[in-house]
Amino acid sequence: MDLLNALVALANFVIVPAVAYGSQLALGALGVTLIYGILRFSNFAHGDTMAFGAMIAVLVTWGFQAAGVTFGPLPTALLALPFAILGCIALVLITDRLVYRFYRDQKAKPVILVIVSMGVMFILNGLVRFIIGPDDQRFSDGARFLISARDFKALTGLREGLAIKTSQGITVIVAVVAVALLFWFLNKTRTGKSMRAYSDNEDLALLSGINPERVVMITWIIVAALATTAGVLYGLDKSFKPFVYFQLLLPIFASAIVGGLGNPIGAIAGGFIIAFSEVTITYAWKKVLVYLLPDSLEPSGLVQLLSTDYKFAVSFVILLIVLLFKPTGLFKGKAV
Amino acid sequence: MSETVKNTLLFALVGGLILLTGFMQSWNTAILIVNMGLISAIMAIGVNLQWGFAGLFNVGVMGFVALGGLAVVLVSTPPTPGAWTAGGYGILLALLLGAATVVAAVMAARKLPKGRTQTLAIIAILVVGFFVYRAVFDPSVAAVEAIDPAVAGNIGGLNLPVLLAWPAGGLLAAGAAWLIGKTALGLRSDYLAIATLGIAEIIIAIMKNEDWLARGVKNVYGIPRPTPFVGYEIDLQSDPSFVERAASLGLDPVTASTLWVKTGYAFLFLVVLLVLLWMAQMALKSPWGRMMRAIRDNEVAAEAMGKDVTRRHLQIFVLGSAICGIAGAMMTTLDGQLTPSAYQPLRFTFLVWVMVIVGGSGNNFGSVLGAFLIWFLWVQVEPIGLWLMDLITAGMPDGSALKTHLVESAAHMRLFTMGLILLIVLRFSPRGLIPEK
Repeated sequence: MDLLNALVALANFVIVPAVAYGSQLALGALGVTLIYGILRFSNFAHGDTMAFGAMIAVLVTWGFQAAGVTFGPLPTALLALPFAILGCIALVLITDRLVYRFYRDQKAKPVILVIVSMGVMFILNGLVRFIIGPDDQRFSDGARFLISARDFKALTGLREGLAIKTSQGITVIVAVVAVALLFWFLNKTRTGKSMRAYSDNEDLALLSGINPERVVMITWIIVAALATTAGVLYGLDKSFKPFVYFQLLLPIFASAIVGGLGNPIGAIAGGFIIAFSEVTITYAWKKVLVYLLPDSLEPSGLVQLLSTDYKFAVSFVILLIVLLFKPTGLFKGKAV
Repeated sequence: MSETVKNTLLFALVGGLILLTGFMQSWNTAILIVNMGLISAIMAIGVNLQWGFAGLFNVGVMGFVALGGLAVVLVSTPPTPGAWTAGGYGILLALLLGAATVVAAVMAARKLPKGRTQTLAIIAILVVGFFVYRAVFDPSVAAVEAIDPAVAGNIGGLNLPVLLAWPAGGLLAAGAAWLIGKTALGLRSDYLAIATLGIAEIIIAIMKNEDWLARGVKNVYGIPRPTPFVGYEIDLQSDPSFVERAASLGLDPVTASTLWVKTGYAFLFLVVLLVLLWMAQMALKSPWGRMMRAIRDNEVAAEAMGKDVTRRHLQIFVLGSAICGIAGAMMTTLDGQLTPSAYQPLRFTFLVWVMVIVGGSGNNFGSVLGAFLIWFLWVQVEPIGLWLMDLITAGMPDGSALKTHLVESAAHMRLFTMGLILLIVLRFSPRGLIPEK
């Protein structure tokens, strides 16, 4: 019984949140890694692209809610997601046309593109704050829990409850669908194959008649869709605040680099590695240990390795370790 | 138009803008712009050293600036009575133990033969070391933070003159830069960017949460001023000869005293800026500067000529970061308080980058010019934006939701404008206002 209680406590406080957070990071890291693979630069504006997409979803959701449209027990934001993706696609395509294409034609060094993306980051950040303001916005509705802690206790008779938020369930399902679609696209379709060819060897791809502008355009469209999805899921799970998306940049980049920049599978693995380390290291283990250890050994403190304020430090340390020992990432990325 | 004339005109233009602020708004605002402009110019010189000379992409400026601020507290504030005996030495011991753990782990990684034993040994060292460190650290911290938490709760400083804190800030920043450079330099440029972005966030997190160090988000107030160069307004106002002189200039004593104090700071900052600018110019012209630029332009060729690229990169990275640390210490001195939550990456990292690129990367005078110009815009975009919004919304009925929203949003015009300026300069004049020679 104690073992079961410990397992449930572990699932409730560590596994479920980490899986949801990991899915969000993975979706974000996929966007970063695709840009890196095809356009060959680290996109600092990615966090703010997520914020922009999520912002449109918030606005559309409010519109739906005002019009009385709801999605039953599911959050209305899911209905708004397609619109948000379209809006975000429009945004990134316009940015590419106005900003990035010039440097691509010039064959500018990657670091110049990084600085350019910094400028785009400023503009998007200003735009989002201008439209929706810098404050927290709540837009989740529908049922709050798939299963609440109290129901779980009543159901199983255990002392520990397992709560799964609707947003967490949706996050995982949507992420799985999105990743499946992405991999099907990259591996099975002609366009996807041309994208991978372009990423592997640009010159060879050009020689075989692949249109680079088309590849770049499709990449941006996919990235916008992924970024918006990640942004909306994160917003549903926590809350929407523009600055938080900027701060997500660090764990997202860490995920992409740990997995190997330019490698989609690596990005997903990296997302979960970062999420699980962040949650396990900042979790107060007392609740689990109480069940596992005999009374005499019961811990007096919280047994928290690091305070939650240092969660960025966790992704950073993992990033450093990987950079030191395996600079190309766990799954062979292209960067050295 | 010769280059010198053009550059002089550019500087005169920015000077004119600041003078205009003085006449149209207030002289206090104008001098504040000058003061922050001087500090920004020093930060820009630091970043220019890294980016303009060596092509290193450092987006952790905020962290180094914050470390400079921390140095001010640790050097110039009086020590909290009893804090050292209560737990200060314990904390020091814990930090030493932590460092020893890391060193031992590194030794194990180097000395032991590769294999499972080595991995297990490293993990064992780290785990044991961590718990020993926490066992010493936690009670000491609790003891220090329990001392008079409303006004202290930290270990305080060394009670030394605040001017000494400026080089100390540079040293602190240099130490952090050495650690980060040791790991991330030599890899591709994007990695340094991510690593510096991360270290900056972590430094801020530490300063916010470690209350024993500098009171965390409770802030440290009343940092001493660099007397006798800068006095206190109250003393000046009660000094009859000062009041008399102010009256002869037609100023009331309160305004005159604030202006006088700010001018004192401006003078000090100007001295530091000129010294650093001179040093940066000398470095640029020296063989060392030429070597740096050779490395920047073609690493492979420089390496073939026998230059140790990674070492040189580490050197200039530490130097540039130290300059940012000095600027950070100066800024905290000017503010008279340390507020860790005020450090925002957009304001302290990316804005400095806009300054360097707009001014002209690779040119020290360009960085100084860019710093003054961009800081002026950063301050003035908000009132201009407000004015613009009032103009746009003039036709709308009062109290309409859109009008309120637009007027309230005017404050966020800053970021948008800065991004736009950066992109326009990068596109149409990538070498900046005063290009590299």
